[in-house]
Amino acid sequence: MEILVCVKRVPDTAENEIEVNRDGSDIERDDLVYSVNEWDNYAVEEAILIRDKVGGSVTVITVGDDESEEVLRREMAMGADNGLLLCDDAFEGSDGKGVASLLKAAVDKGKYDLILTGAQADGGAAQVGGMLAAMLDYPYASLVNKIEVDGDTLKVGREIEGGNQEMNAIQLPCVLSIQTGINEPRYVGIRGIRKVASVEIPQQGAADLGVDAASVGADGARVKRLDYFVPEMGEGAEMLEGSTEEIVAKLIELLKAKGGLK
Amino acid sequence: MADIYAYITHTAGVADDSALELVAAAKKIDANAAVTAIVIGSGADVDKVADAVAASYAKVLKFNLDALAYPNAEVVRKLLVNVLSADAIVLVSNDTFGMDLGPGLSIKLDSTFVADVVGIEGVDGTALKVIRQEYSGMVSTHVTADITNGAVINLRPGAFAPDESQSAGGSVEDRSGDAGDLTVKRTFLEVVEAEVGDVDITKSDVLVSVGRGIEDEENIEVAQELADAMGAVVSCSRPIVDAKWLEKSRQVGTSGQTVKPKVYLACGISGSFQHMGGIKGAPFIVAINKNVKAPIFQVADVGIEADILDFLPELTDAIKES
Repeated sequence: MEILVCVKRVPDTAENEIEVNRDGSDIERDDLVYSVNEWDNYAVEEAILIRDKVGGSVTVITVGDDESEEVLRREMAMGADNGLLLCDDAFEGSDGKGVASLLKAAVDKGKYDLILTGAQADGGAAQVGGMLAAMLDYPYASLVNKIEVDGDTLKVGREIEGGNQEMNAIQLPCVLSIQTGINEPRYVGIRGIRKVASVEIPQQGAADLGVDAASVGADGARVKRLDYFVPEMGEGAEMLEGSTEEIVAKLIELLKAKGGLK
Repeated sequence: MADIYAYITHTAGVADDSALELVAAAKKIDANAAVTAIVIGSGADVDKVADAVAASYAKVLKFNLDALAYPNAEVVRKLLVNVLSADAIVLVSNDTFGMDLGPGLSIKLDSTFVADVVGIEGVDGTALKVIRQEYSGMVSTHVTADITNGAVINLRPGAFAPDESQSAGGSVEDRSGDAGDLTVKRTFLEVVEAEVGDVDITKSDVLVSVGRGIEDEENIEVAQELADAMGAVVSCSRPIVDAKWLEKSRQVGTSGQTVKPKVYLACGISGSFQHMGGIKGAPFIVAINKNVKAPIFQVADVGIEADILDFLPELTDAIKES
Protein backbone atom coordinates (compact mmCIF):
# COMPACT_ATOMS: atom_id res chain seq x y z
CA MET A 1 0.00 0.00 0.00
CA GLU A 2 1.33 3.44 -0.95
CA ILE A 3 0.61 5.74 1.98
CA LEU A 4 0.96 9.51 2.14
CA VAL A 5 0.99 11.19 5.57
CA CYS A 6 0.47 14.96 5.80
CA VAL A 7 2.40 16.48 8.71
CA LYS A 8 3.05 19.94 10.11
CA ARG A 9 5.79 21.64 12.11
CA VAL A 10 4.20 23.41 15.08
CA PRO A 11 5.19 25.06 18.36
CA ASP A 12 5.27 22.28 20.95
CA THR A 13 2.60 23.17 23.52
CA ALA A 14 4.09 20.66 25.98
CA GLU A 15 7.40 22.56 25.91
CA ASN A 16 6.19 26.17 25.56
CA GLU A 17 3.79 28.59 27.13
CA ILE A 18 2.00 30.13 24.18
CA GLU A 19 1.66 33.87 24.69
CA VAL A 20 0.44 36.74 22.56
CA ASN A 21 3.16 39.15 21.42
CA ARG A 22 3.14 42.84 22.32
CA ASP A 23 1.00 44.16 19.46
CA GLY A 24 -1.20 41.08 19.18
CA SER A 25 -0.07 40.35 15.63
CA ASP A 26 1.31 36.91 16.42
CA ILE A 27 2.23 34.61 19.26
CA GLU A 28 5.57 35.28 20.97
CA ARG A 29 7.94 33.25 18.80
CA ASP A 30 11.27 33.95 20.51
CA ASP A 31 12.72 30.78 22.03
CA LEU A 32 9.80 28.60 20.92
CA VAL A 33 10.52 24.89 20.70
CA TYR A 34 9.01 23.38 17.56
CA SER A 35 8.18 19.78 16.88
CA VAL A 36 5.95 17.67 14.69
CA ASN A 37 2.24 18.11 15.42
CA GLU A 38 1.31 15.47 18.02
CA TRP A 39 -1.61 14.01 16.01
CA ASP A 40 0.61 13.67 12.91
CA ASN A 41 3.07 11.55 14.85
CA TYR A 42 0.34 8.99 15.52
CA ALA A 43 -0.60 9.11 11.82
CA VAL A 44 2.97 8.37 10.74
CA GLU A 45 3.26 5.52 13.25
CA GLU A 46 0.00 4.02 11.95
CA ALA A 47 1.24 4.29 8.35
CA ILE A 48 4.46 2.50 9.28
CA LEU A 49 2.54 -0.27 11.06
CA ILE A 50 0.30 -0.79 8.00
CA ARG A 51 3.26 -0.79 5.61
CA ASP A 52 5.12 -3.31 7.74
CA LYS A 53 2.07 -5.59 7.64
CA VAL A 54 0.98 -5.36 3.98
CA GLY A 55 4.03 -3.89 2.22
CA GLY A 56 4.33 -0.68 0.24
CA SER A 57 5.81 2.66 1.25
CA VAL A 58 5.22 5.65 3.49
CA THR A 59 5.79 9.19 2.23
CA VAL A 60 5.61 12.14 4.60
CA ILE A 61 4.66 15.51 3.12
CA THR A 62 4.39 19.00 4.53
CA VAL A 63 3.65 22.52 3.38
CA GLY A 64 6.16 24.84 5.01
CA ASP A 65 9.47 26.64 4.90
CA ASP A 66 13.02 25.23 4.91
CA GLU A 67 12.82 24.62 8.63
CA SER A 68 9.91 22.23 8.14
CA GLU A 69 12.43 19.81 6.65
CA GLU A 70 13.43 18.86 10.20
CA VAL A 71 10.00 17.34 10.95
CA LEU A 72 10.07 15.37 7.70
CA ARG A 73 13.50 14.09 8.66
CA ARG A 74 12.26 13.16 12.13
CA GLU A 75 9.36 11.15 10.70
CA MET A 76 11.75 9.47 8.27
CA ALA A 77 13.90 8.53 11.24
CA MET A 78 10.76 6.87 12.64
CA GLY A 79 10.55 4.78 9.52
CA ALA A 80 8.88 6.75 6.73
CA ASP A 81 10.52 5.96 3.38
CA ASN A 82 10.26 9.30 1.59
CA GLY A 83 9.82 12.97 2.37
CA LEU A 84 8.38 15.76 0.23
CA LEU A 85 8.48 19.45 1.11
CA LEU A 86 6.02 21.82 -0.59
CA CYS A 87 7.81 25.12 -0.25
CA ASP A 88 7.30 28.44 -2.03
CA ASP A 89 7.00 32.06 -0.89
CA ALA A 90 3.64 32.06 -2.67
CA PHE A 91 2.31 29.46 -0.18
CA GLU A 92 2.78 31.71 2.86
CA GLY A 93 -0.44 32.74 4.58
CA SER A 94 -2.49 29.97 2.97
CA ASP A 95 -5.76 29.14 4.71
CA GLY A 96 -6.90 25.56 5.24
CA LYS A 97 -8.31 25.35 1.73
CA GLY A 98 -5.04 26.67 0.29
CA VAL A 99 -3.04 24.00 2.13
CA ALA A 100 -5.49 21.30 1.03
CA SER A 101 -5.26 22.41 -2.61
CA LEU A 102 -1.44 22.22 -2.49
CA LEU A 103 -1.60 18.72 -1.04
CA LYS A 104 -4.16 17.80 -3.70
CA ALA A 105 -1.76 18.92 -6.43
CA ALA A 106 0.98 16.75 -4.90
CA VAL A 107 -1.37 13.75 -4.61
CA ASP A 108 -2.31 14.14 -8.29
CA LYS A 109 1.38 13.87 -9.21
CA GLY A 110 1.87 10.68 -7.18
CA LYS A 111 0.00 7.44 -6.73
CA TYR A 112 -1.31 6.86 -3.22
CA ASP A 113 -3.85 4.37 -1.91
CA LEU A 114 -4.21 5.86 1.53
CA ILE A 115 -3.75 9.40 2.77
CA LEU A 116 -3.50 10.15 6.48
CA THR A 117 -3.50 13.45 8.36
CA GLY A 118 -3.53 14.25 12.05
CA ALA A 119 -7.05 14.93 13.35
CA GLN A 120 -6.03 18.52 14.05
CA ALA A 121 -2.97 20.75 14.49
CA ASP A 122 -2.02 23.98 16.27
CA GLY A 123 -4.88 26.01 14.77
CA GLY A 124 -7.44 23.51 16.06
CA ALA A 125 -9.42 23.68 12.82
CA ALA A 126 -9.38 19.96 11.94
CA GLN A 127 -10.11 20.88 8.33
CA VAL A 128 -7.36 19.93 5.87
CA GLY A 129 -8.07 16.17 5.69
CA GLY A 130 -11.77 16.59 4.96
CA MET A 131 -11.11 19.28 2.38
CA LEU A 132 -8.43 17.21 0.65
CA ALA A 133 -10.75 14.19 0.45
CA ALA A 134 -13.54 16.30 -1.08
CA MET A 135 -11.13 17.82 -3.62
CA LEU A 136 -9.94 14.34 -4.62
CA ASP A 137 -13.45 12.88 -4.51
CA TYR A 138 -12.16 10.22 -2.11
CA PRO A 139 -14.20 8.98 0.85
CA TYR A 140 -13.19 10.45 4.22
CA ALA A 141 -13.40 9.51 7.87
CA SER A 142 -12.22 11.76 10.70
CA LEU A 143 -11.02 11.06 14.26
CA VAL A 144 -9.93 7.54 13.34
CA ASN A 145 -8.66 5.43 16.25
CA LYS A 146 -8.53 2.00 14.60
CA ILE A 147 -7.60 0.74 11.12
CA GLU A 148 -7.81 -2.82 9.80
CA VAL A 149 -6.81 -3.54 6.21
CA ASP A 150 -9.15 -5.88 4.34
CA GLY A 151 -8.19 -6.02 0.64
CA ASP A 152 -9.20 -2.76 -1.06
CA THR A 153 -11.40 -1.82 1.88
CA LEU A 154 -10.45 -0.59 5.34
CA LYS A 155 -12.38 -1.20 8.50
CA VAL A 156 -11.95 1.99 10.50
CA GLY A 157 -13.08 3.02 13.95
CA ARG A 158 -13.97 6.66 14.66
CA GLU A 159 -13.85 8.11 18.14
CA ILE A 160 -17.29 9.57 18.84
CA GLU A 161 -18.87 11.14 21.93
CA GLY A 162 -18.76 9.32 25.26
CA GLY A 163 -15.72 7.21 24.39
CA ASN A 164 -17.76 5.11 21.96
CA GLN A 165 -16.35 3.95 18.65
CA GLU A 166 -18.18 4.13 15.32
CA MET A 167 -17.04 1.35 12.98
CA ASN A 168 -17.13 1.95 9.23
CA ALA A 169 -16.07 0.18 6.05
CA ILE A 170 -14.34 2.60 3.69
CA GLN A 171 -13.07 1.97 0.17
CA LEU A 172 -9.54 2.76 -0.94
CA PRO A 173 -8.27 5.19 -2.01
CA CYS A 174 -9.42 7.28 0.94
CA VAL A 175 -8.37 10.02 3.36
CA LEU A 176 -8.41 9.46 7.12
CA SER A 177 -7.68 11.90 9.95
CA ILE A 178 -5.98 10.15 12.84
CA GLN A 179 -6.82 10.64 16.52
CA THR A 180 -4.23 10.38 19.27
CA GLY A 181 -4.14 7.10 21.18
CA ILE A 182 -4.58 4.90 18.06
CA ASN A 183 -1.10 3.47 18.70
CA GLU A 184 2.07 4.20 20.67
CA PRO A 185 4.41 6.20 18.42
CA ARG A 186 7.94 4.83 18.56
CA TYR A 187 10.74 6.76 20.15
CA VAL A 188 13.20 8.45 17.82
CA GLY A 189 16.76 8.57 19.13
CA ILE A 190 19.69 10.68 18.05
CA ARG A 191 21.05 7.70 16.16
CA GLY A 192 17.88 7.42 14.10
CA ILE A 193 18.00 11.12 13.24
CA ARG A 194 21.68 10.80 12.21
CA LYS A 195 20.86 7.95 9.82
CA VAL A 196 18.62 10.19 7.74
CA ALA A 197 20.58 13.42 8.26
CA SER A 198 22.03 13.44 4.76
CA VAL A 199 19.02 12.08 2.85
CA GLU A 200 18.00 14.49 0.10
CA ILE A 201 14.42 15.68 0.60
CA PRO A 202 12.85 16.93 -2.63
CA GLN A 203 11.13 20.33 -2.65
CA GLN A 204 8.30 21.43 -4.91
CA GLY A 205 7.03 24.95 -5.52
CA ALA A 206 3.98 26.41 -7.26
CA ALA A 207 5.41 25.84 -10.75
CA ASP A 208 6.35 22.19 -10.01
CA LEU A 209 2.87 21.52 -8.70
CA GLY A 210 1.13 23.39 -11.53
CA VAL A 211 -0.68 25.52 -8.96
CA ASP A 212 -1.77 29.09 -9.73
CA ALA A 213 0.16 31.10 -7.14
CA ALA A 214 -2.70 33.60 -6.79
CA SER A 215 -5.10 30.86 -5.70
CA VAL A 216 -3.03 29.99 -2.62
CA GLY A 217 -1.11 31.95 0.00
CA ALA A 218 -2.45 35.09 1.66
CA ASP A 219 -3.94 36.37 -1.62
CA GLY A 220 -6.02 33.27 -2.18
CA ALA A 221 -7.18 32.94 1.42
CA ARG A 222 -10.87 33.45 2.09
CA VAL A 223 -10.29 32.98 5.82
CA LYS A 224 -7.89 35.43 7.46
CA ARG A 225 -6.65 35.76 11.03
CA LEU A 226 -6.74 39.39 12.16
CA ASP A 227 -5.00 39.16 15.53
CA TYR A 228 -4.22 37.12 18.61
CA PHE A 229 -5.62 37.98 22.02
CA VAL A 230 -6.31 36.56 25.45
CA PRO A 231 -9.99 36.96 26.29
CA GLU A 232 -11.21 38.41 29.57
CA MET A 233 -12.76 35.41 31.26
CA GLY A 234 -14.36 37.07 34.25
CA GLU A 235 -12.66 36.69 37.59
CA GLY A 236 -11.09 33.30 37.12
CA ALA A 237 -9.86 31.23 40.03
CA GLU A 238 -9.13 32.63 43.47
CA MET A 239 -5.39 31.90 43.75
CA LEU A 240 -4.28 30.52 47.09
CA GLU A 241 -1.06 32.20 48.18
CA GLY A 242 1.45 31.68 50.97
CA SER A 243 3.75 28.88 52.10
CA THR A 244 2.90 25.34 51.08
CA GLU A 245 1.70 24.61 54.64
CA GLU A 246 -0.59 27.65 54.57
CA ILE A 247 -1.99 26.74 51.16
CA VAL A 248 -2.57 23.12 52.21
CA ALA A 249 -4.38 24.27 55.37
CA LYS A 250 -6.60 26.68 53.41
CA LEU A 251 -7.37 24.05 50.80
CA ILE A 252 -8.34 21.44 53.40
CA GLU A 253 -10.70 23.96 54.97
CA LEU A 254 -12.29 24.67 51.58
CA LEU A 255 -12.55 21.00 50.69
CA LYS A 256 -14.32 20.28 53.99
CA ALA A 257 -16.76 23.13 53.37
CA LYS A 258 -17.55 21.92 49.85
CA GLY A 259 -18.01 18.27 50.71
CA GLY A 260 -14.67 17.11 49.33
CA LEU A 261 -13.49 15.87 52.71
CA LYS A 262 -15.34 14.28 55.54
CA MET B 1 -28.16 37.94 3.11
CA ALA B 2 -28.00 34.35 1.91
CA ASP B 3 -30.23 31.62 3.32
CA ILE B 4 -29.05 30.27 6.68
CA TYR B 5 -29.43 26.57 7.37
CA ALA B 6 -28.72 24.60 10.54
CA TYR B 7 -27.93 20.90 10.53
CA ILE B 8 -29.73 19.23 13.45
CA THR B 9 -27.96 16.39 15.23
CA HIS B 10 -30.33 14.05 17.05
CA THR B 11 -30.43 10.73 18.88
CA ALA B 12 -33.39 8.53 19.80
CA GLY B 13 -35.94 11.10 18.66
CA VAL B 14 -34.46 14.01 20.61
CA ALA B 15 -32.58 16.94 19.06
CA ASP B 16 -29.14 17.64 20.48
CA ASP B 17 -28.70 20.73 22.70
CA SER B 18 -26.81 22.28 19.80
CA ALA B 19 -30.11 22.73 17.89
CA LEU B 20 -30.94 25.75 20.06
CA GLU B 21 -27.33 26.99 20.01
CA LEU B 22 -27.21 27.03 16.20
CA VAL B 23 -30.34 29.16 15.91
CA ALA B 24 -28.89 31.57 18.49
CA ALA B 25 -25.67 31.76 16.46
CA ALA B 26 -27.64 32.37 13.25
CA LYS B 27 -29.23 35.43 14.85
CA LYS B 28 -25.74 36.79 15.48
CA ILE B 29 -25.01 36.55 11.77
CA ASP B 30 -28.34 38.11 10.78
CA ALA B 31 -30.74 39.27 13.50
CA ASN B 32 -33.70 38.95 11.10
CA ALA B 33 -32.69 35.61 9.67
CA ALA B 34 -35.44 33.10 8.91
CA VAL B 35 -33.35 30.06 9.74
CA THR B 36 -34.04 26.69 8.14
CA ALA B 37 -33.38 23.50 10.10
CA ILE B 38 -32.37 20.33 8.29
CA VAL B 39 -33.38 17.06 9.95
CA ILE B 40 -32.13 13.85 8.40
CA GLY B 41 -32.74 10.24 9.40
CA SER B 42 -35.13 7.34 9.18
CA GLY B 43 -38.41 6.44 10.89
CA ALA B 44 -40.71 8.03 13.45
CA ASP B 45 -37.78 9.58 15.37
CA VAL B 46 -37.13 11.98 12.50
CA ASP B 47 -40.74 13.18 12.44
CA LYS B 48 -40.57 13.76 16.17
CA VAL B 49 -37.36 15.77 15.96
CA ALA B 50 -38.60 17.80 12.98
CA ASP B 51 -41.82 18.71 14.81
CA ALA B 52 -39.91 19.64 17.96
CA VAL B 53 -37.39 21.96 16.30
CA ALA B 54 -40.14 23.69 14.27
CA ALA B 55 -40.81 25.68 17.45
CA SER B 56 -37.36 27.26 17.11
CA TYR B 57 -36.88 27.41 13.34
CA ALA B 58 -38.83 29.26 10.67
CA LYS B 59 -38.73 26.24 8.41
CA VAL B 60 -37.73 22.61 8.82
CA LEU B 61 -36.63 20.47 5.88
CA LYS B 62 -37.17 16.83 6.72
CA PHE B 63 -35.51 13.91 4.98
CA ASN B 64 -36.90 10.58 6.15
CA LEU B 65 -35.44 7.67 4.17
CA ASP B 66 -34.30 4.13 4.90
CA ALA B 67 -30.96 5.04 3.33
CA LEU B 68 -30.51 7.57 6.15
CA ALA B 69 -30.93 5.10 9.00
CA TYR B 70 -27.41 5.78 10.20
CA PRO B 71 -26.46 8.84 8.19
CA ASN B 72 -22.67 9.04 8.10
CA ALA B 73 -21.17 12.35 7.04
CA GLU B 74 -20.41 11.08 3.53
CA VAL B 75 -24.11 10.46 2.88
CA VAL B 76 -25.23 13.69 4.53
CA ARG B 77 -22.71 15.73 2.57
CA LYS B 78 -24.00 14.33 -0.69
CA LEU B 79 -27.60 15.03 0.30
CA LEU B 80 -26.85 18.61 1.35
CA VAL B 81 -25.03 19.33 -1.91
CA ASN B 82 -28.11 18.04 -3.75
CA VAL B 83 -30.58 20.27 -1.88
CA LEU B 84 -28.85 23.47 -0.68
CA SER B 85 -28.82 26.73 -2.58
CA ALA B 86 -25.46 27.77 -4.03
CA ASP B 87 -24.55 30.54 -1.59
CA ALA B 88 -26.05 28.89 1.50
CA ILE B 89 -24.69 29.57 4.96
CA VAL B 90 -24.70 26.23 6.76
CA LEU B 91 -24.30 26.01 10.54
CA VAL B 92 -23.03 22.73 11.95
CA SER B 93 -22.25 21.76 15.53
CA ASN B 94 -18.52 21.05 15.84
CA ASP B 95 -19.07 17.62 17.40
CA THR B 96 -17.54 14.43 16.04
CA PHE B 97 -20.18 14.33 13.29
CA GLY B 98 -19.74 17.98 12.36
CA MET B 99 -15.98 17.55 12.14
CA ASP B 100 -16.60 14.68 9.71
CA LEU B 101 -19.06 16.72 7.65
CA GLY B 102 -18.04 20.38 7.55
CA PRO B 103 -14.68 20.76 5.80
CA GLY B 104 -15.57 18.54 2.83
CA LEU B 105 -19.03 20.10 2.54
CA SER B 106 -17.49 23.54 2.07
CA ILE B 107 -15.38 22.23 -0.82
CA LYS B 108 -18.36 20.57 -2.51
CA LEU B 109 -20.43 23.77 -2.14
CA ASP B 110 -17.44 25.89 -3.22
CA SER B 111 -18.00 27.99 -0.12
CA THR B 112 -15.82 29.07 2.80
CA PHE B 113 -15.19 26.80 5.80
CA VAL B 114 -14.96 28.42 9.22
CA ALA B 115 -13.76 25.92 11.82
CA ASP B 116 -14.66 25.57 15.50
CA VAL B 117 -16.14 29.03 16.06
CA VAL B 118 -16.62 30.14 19.70
CA GLY B 119 -18.03 33.63 19.05
CA ILE B 120 -19.64 35.63 16.24
CA GLU B 121 -19.07 39.39 16.05
CA GLY B 122 -21.18 40.04 12.99
CA VAL B 123 -21.12 40.58 9.24
CA ASP B 124 -19.60 43.57 7.46
CA GLY B 125 -20.45 43.41 3.76
CA THR B 126 -19.29 39.96 2.71
CA ALA B 127 -16.92 39.54 5.66
CA LEU B 128 -18.06 37.47 8.60
CA LYS B 129 -16.05 38.21 11.73
CA VAL B 130 -15.73 35.43 14.29
CA ILE B 131 -13.68 34.38 17.30
CA ARG B 132 -11.71 31.15 17.33
CA GLN B 133 -9.14 29.61 19.63
CA GLU B 134 -5.73 28.20 18.80
CA TYR B 135 -3.11 26.17 20.69
CA SER B 136 -5.65 24.19 22.75
CA GLY B 137 -7.39 27.37 23.88
CA MET B 138 -4.26 29.11 25.16
CA VAL B 139 -4.86 32.06 22.81
CA SER B 140 -7.86 33.42 20.93
CA THR B 141 -8.04 35.05 17.50
CA HIS B 142 -10.37 37.26 15.53
CA VAL B 143 -10.90 35.79 12.08
CA THR B 144 -12.64 37.15 9.00
CA ALA B 145 -14.22 34.85 6.46
CA ASP B 146 -15.33 35.91 2.99
CA ILE B 147 -18.86 34.53 2.69
CA THR B 148 -19.59 35.82 -0.83
CA ASN B 149 -20.10 32.24 -2.04
CA GLY B 150 -21.68 31.05 1.20
CA ALA B 151 -20.06 29.30 4.12
CA VAL B 152 -20.02 26.20 6.25
CA ILE B 153 -19.55 27.31 9.84
CA ASN B 154 -18.76 24.76 12.53
CA LEU B 155 -19.78 26.07 15.95
CA ARG B 156 -18.29 24.79 19.18
CA PRO B 157 -20.89 22.98 21.32
CA GLY B 158 -21.72 25.00 24.43
CA ALA B 159 -20.13 28.23 23.16
CA PHE B 160 -23.45 29.91 22.27
CA ALA B 161 -26.24 30.45 24.80
CA PRO B 162 -29.24 28.47 23.52
CA ASP B 163 -32.22 30.39 22.11
CA GLU B 164 -35.02 28.90 24.17
CA SER B 165 -37.72 31.36 23.07
CA GLN B 166 -39.47 28.63 21.01
CA SER B 167 -41.19 31.46 19.15
CA ALA B 168 -40.50 30.61 15.51
CA GLY B 169 -43.62 28.52 14.91
CA GLY B 170 -42.07 27.05 11.79
CA SER B 171 -43.44 24.67 9.22
CA VAL B 172 -42.12 21.20 8.41
CA GLU B 173 -41.59 20.27 4.77
CA ASP B 174 -40.95 16.66 3.88
CA ARG B 175 -38.30 16.89 1.18
CA SER B 176 -37.34 13.20 1.16
CA GLY B 177 -38.09 13.03 -2.57
CA ASP B 178 -35.35 15.58 -3.34
CA ALA B 179 -32.53 13.70 -1.59
CA GLY B 180 -31.11 12.46 -4.89
CA ASP B 181 -28.39 9.86 -5.37
CA LEU B 182 -26.87 8.94 -1.99
CA THR B 183 -24.36 6.31 -3.08
CA VAL B 184 -21.11 6.66 -1.12
CA LYS B 185 -17.91 4.68 -0.59
CA ARG B 186 -18.16 4.49 3.19
CA THR B 187 -20.69 2.41 5.09
CA PHE B 188 -21.62 2.33 8.74
CA LEU B 189 -21.05 -1.00 10.48
CA GLU B 190 -21.76 -0.59 14.19
CA VAL B 191 -21.12 1.46 17.30
CA VAL B 192 -18.82 -0.23 19.79
CA GLU B 193 -19.77 1.00 23.27
CA ALA B 194 -17.00 2.22 25.56
CA GLU B 195 -15.67 -0.45 27.87
CA VAL B 196 -16.78 -0.29 31.46
CA GLY B 197 -13.75 -0.12 33.71
CA ASP B 198 -13.09 -1.28 37.26
CA VAL B 199 -14.18 2.06 38.71
CA ASP B 200 -17.18 4.15 37.69
CA ILE B 201 -15.96 7.76 37.86
CA THR B 202 -19.44 9.06 37.03
CA LYS B 203 -20.71 7.86 40.42
CA SER B 204 -18.09 9.61 42.56
CA ASP B 205 -18.78 12.89 44.39
CA VAL B 206 -15.10 13.72 44.59
CA LEU B 207 -12.60 13.27 41.76
CA VAL B 208 -8.83 13.65 41.86
CA SER B 209 -8.15 14.12 38.16
CA VAL B 210 -4.67 13.99 36.65
CA GLY B 211 -3.31 15.38 33.40
CA ARG B 212 -0.01 15.75 31.59
CA GLY B 213 1.53 17.36 34.68
CA ILE B 214 1.80 13.92 36.30
CA GLU B 215 4.71 13.39 33.89
CA ASP B 216 5.22 9.65 34.41
CA GLU B 217 3.14 6.51 34.84
CA GLU B 218 4.74 5.79 38.21
CA ASN B 219 3.49 9.12 39.54
CA ILE B 220 -0.17 8.13 39.13
CA GLU B 221 0.31 6.60 42.58
CA VAL B 222 0.78 10.09 44.04
CA ALA B 223 -2.76 10.95 42.89
CA GLN B 224 -4.13 7.58 44.01
CA GLU B 225 -2.75 8.11 47.53
CA LEU B 226 -4.43 11.50 47.73
CA ALA B 227 -7.69 10.03 46.43
CA ASP B 228 -7.50 7.24 49.02
CA ALA B 229 -6.95 9.76 51.80
CA MET B 230 -9.92 11.84 50.59
CA GLY B 231 -12.22 8.93 49.88
CA ALA B 232 -12.18 10.04 46.26
CA VAL B 233 -11.64 8.35 42.90
CA VAL B 234 -8.87 9.03 40.38
CA SER B 235 -9.92 10.24 36.94
CA CYS B 236 -7.81 11.79 34.18
CA SER B 237 -7.58 13.83 31.00
CA ARG B 238 -6.97 12.48 27.52
CA PRO B 239 -3.14 12.41 27.35
CA ILE B 240 -3.05 9.97 30.28
CA VAL B 241 -5.27 7.53 28.38
CA ASP B 242 -3.35 8.05 25.13
CA ALA B 243 -0.19 7.12 27.05
CA LYS B 244 -2.06 4.03 28.34
CA TRP B 245 -1.34 4.94 31.96
CA LEU B 246 -5.01 4.69 32.94
CA GLU B 247 -8.02 3.00 31.35
CA LYS B 248 -10.25 4.86 28.91
CA SER B 249 -13.12 4.54 31.42
CA ARG B 250 -11.24 6.96 33.72
CA GLN B 251 -11.15 9.75 31.12
CA VAL B 252 -13.21 12.89 31.71
CA GLY B 253 -14.18 14.83 28.57
CA THR B 254 -16.32 14.90 25.45
CA SER B 255 -14.51 11.84 24.13
CA GLY B 256 -14.64 10.16 27.54
CA GLN B 257 -17.02 10.21 30.49
CA THR B 258 -19.34 12.99 31.56
CA VAL B 259 -19.05 13.43 35.33
CA LYS B 260 -21.09 15.38 37.88
CA PRO B 261 -19.01 15.44 41.07
CA LYS B 262 -19.35 17.90 43.95
CA VAL B 263 -15.63 18.55 44.05
CA TYR B 264 -13.15 18.26 41.18
CA LEU B 265 -9.40 18.48 41.77
CA ALA B 266 -7.74 19.19 38.43
CA CYS B 267 -4.09 18.21 38.94
CA GLY B 268 -1.69 19.16 36.17
CA ILE B 269 -4.61 19.50 33.73
CA SER B 270 -4.47 22.42 31.29
CA GLY B 271 -8.27 22.54 30.91
CA SER B 272 -9.01 22.17 27.20
CA PHE B 273 -12.63 22.69 26.21
CA GLN B 274 -12.90 19.01 25.32
CA HIS B 275 -11.95 18.14 28.89
CA MET B 276 -14.19 20.75 30.52
CA GLY B 277 -17.06 19.58 28.29
CA GLY B 278 -17.14 16.39 30.34
CA ILE B 279 -17.68 18.18 33.66
CA LYS B 280 -21.31 19.01 34.43
CA GLY B 281 -23.29 20.18 37.44
CA ALA B 282 -21.00 23.10 38.35
CA PRO B 283 -18.72 21.34 40.87
CA PHE B 284 -16.25 23.16 43.11
CA ILE B 285 -13.13 23.04 40.94
CA VAL B 286 -9.64 23.25 42.41
CA ALA B 287 -6.86 23.66 39.82
CA ILE B 288 -3.29 22.79 40.70
CA ASN B 289 -0.85 23.57 37.91
CA LYS B 290 2.67 24.97 37.63
CA ASN B 291 1.70 26.98 34.54
CA VAL B 292 -0.31 30.01 35.76
CA LYS B 293 -1.41 30.68 32.17
CA ALA B 294 -3.18 27.32 31.87
CA PRO B 295 -6.83 27.86 30.80
CA ILE B 296 -7.98 25.74 33.76
CA PHE B 297 -7.37 28.74 36.06
CA GLN B 298 -10.05 30.68 34.18
CA VAL B 299 -12.76 28.15 34.96
CA ALA B 300 -11.63 26.88 38.38
CA ASP B 301 -12.99 28.25 41.67
CA VAL B 302 -9.67 27.99 43.45
CA GLY B 303 -6.20 27.88 41.92
CA ILE B 304 -2.82 26.82 43.24
CA GLU B 305 0.35 27.50 41.32
CA ALA B 306 2.46 24.46 42.12
CA ASP B 307 4.08 21.35 40.71
CA ILE B 308 1.59 18.60 41.54
CA LEU B 309 4.41 16.15 42.19
CA ASP B 310 5.50 18.33 45.13
CA PHE B 311 2.10 19.57 46.23
CA LEU B 312 -0.08 16.44 46.18
CA PRO B 313 2.04 14.43 48.69
CA GLU B 314 2.01 17.44 51.06
CA LEU B 315 -1.76 17.61 50.79
CA THR B 316 -2.10 13.84 51.29
CA ASP B 317 0.04 13.93 54.44
CA ALA B 318 -1.88 16.87 55.88
CA ILE B 319 -5.23 15.18 55.23
CA LYS B 320 -4.03 11.97 56.88
CA GLU B 321 -2.92 13.95 59.94
CA SER B 322 -6.07 16.03 60.25
